[in-house]
Amino acid sequence: MPGPAIHVQGLTRSYGELEVLRGVDFDVARGSIFALLGSNGAGKTTIVHILSTLLRADGGTAEVNGFDVVRQAARVRESISLTGQFAAVDDVLSGRENLVLMARLRHVRKPKAVADELLERFSLTDAGGRKVATYSGGMRRRLDIAMSLIGDPPVIFLDEPTTGLDPQARIEVWRGVRELSEGGTTVLLTTQYLDEAEQLADRIAILHTGKIIVTGTLDELKRLLPPAKVEYVEKQPSLEDVFLALVGDDAAAAADTRGGTSA
Amino acid sequence: MSVIGDTAVLTGRSLKHVTRSMDTIITTAVVPIAMMLLFVYVFGGAISHGAGSGTYVTYLLPGILLMTIASGISYTAFRIFTDMTTGIFGRFQSMPIARSGVLWSHVLTSLAANVISLVVVFGVALLMGFRTGAGVGAWFAVAGILILFTLALTWVAVIPGLTAKSISGASAFSYPLIFLPFISSAFVPTQTMPGPVRWFAEHQPVTPIVNTIRDIFAERPVSTDIWVALAWMVGILAVSFAFAMVVYRRKIS
Repeated sequence: MPGPAIHVQGLTRSYGELEVLRGVDFDVARGSIFALLGSNGAGKTTIVHILSTLLRADGGTAEVNGFDVVRQAARVRESISLTGQFAAVDDVLSGRENLVLMARLRHVRKPKAVADELLERFSLTDAGGRKVATYSGGMRRRLDIAMSLIGDPPVIFLDEPTTGLDPQARIEVWRGVRELSEGGTTVLLTTQYLDEAEQLADRIAILHTGKIIVTGTLDELKRLLPPAKVEYVEKQPSLEDVFLALVGDDAAAAADTRGGTSA
Repeated sequence: MSVIGDTAVLTGRSLKHVTRSMDTIITTAVVPIAMMLLFVYVFGGAISHGAGSGTYVTYLLPGILLMTIASGISYTAFRIFTDMTTGIFGRFQSMPIARSGVLWSHVLTSLAANVISLVVVFGVALLMGFRTGAGVGAWFAVAGILILFTLALTWVAVIPGLTAKSISGASAFSYPLIFLPFISSAFVPTQTMPGPVRWFAEHQPVTPIVNTIRDIFAERPVSTDIWVALAWMVGILAVSFAFAMVVYRRKIS
């Protein structure tokens, strides 16, 4: 019986005097979406960097896919993919070239076919030949996530995947993340948006002052508060509802049709 | 994991940055070419050089070539800096690829970009009347010296590329290197310089390298300068490589 996809125990890390992580513990079950929620500077990125072998912890242990991030760093790197806080894409290359590059570095067979398939899946086929410098923020983020999927790593880290995106692009990214999870990939996602965690995550952990202060499903977290009172409130559409209704969810709809016709 | 395969893929990527912005090649070559034009056609008449026979452009070219390399490597620092700040670097580091390949790809790209710039500068020099009777062996010797010099300065450039806080910081380090040939035997013989300046000119790396290349082009036997030149280049290469690797390890741990 395989253990959890991610196992973190007693993780500490300081930057000089500043203690960013003060004993972080959590487990992420295989195939689940786990959201690490916290304000800016809470240490979310530090945790992701430790788990993706970019940074060493001062203390504690971390295992990803059953491998220790320090002693078996190479095995960890084979098991993961990191989508950082800023879309780490190559502006000079085209979208397709970015994907082919990743496929070659991951020693995947038929890099070009893999690239084309991912372009299709992330509704980037038309833009595939263009320089990434001309892409919108949402397109860059989608390409970024597509690049992370090459080689089918069992664990994916998404560090604030929707920061700076417009509402439609956020919804597209969310759909992509759900698809990943349905395919059996474990997703660790950091976010500062509460609704994002609410929408996506199977389990949510709240990181505050260097510790996980609470972990649970959305329902478990809700139960921490006093029981809900029934009140009658006039249902006002949120500005997001209005915005989406007015501009329409064109991009998402287009992608769906395209996916449907080609299938 | 194959170091060579990964490095080749990464170098291919990095080379696209060069071939898709040929303006970086032009910018690299334009200052040395401007200097060459200025010194040959404006100051050249007034400079009585001790080069004996041959034109002033023939005398000047070795120093101009070194200036081209010094100018070219600032783009190497720039490309490394960009990879660091855009997160591409982090992405590569979190992947199962040979970590040294990321740096080597930039070093090989630097070599390729500088070779292109050098060919452009050579072309202009030929148009301006540069001539040499040097044979194939001599050309290989010059190419070897220029490649060694590029490698040494490229590893110097890796350091600000990895550590700089801003784009201008990443490329500003090359300015003193570009102007180093002025206080050397590149433009005028060092014998014409006053005491302290002459001492500096005769004890800095550009002078022995320039003298060696000049001797090879003029089909004269090279002096002991070649050993001084090689010692400088290998020394700079070894120190900057070691220092760059320390910085790199600190960055990726």
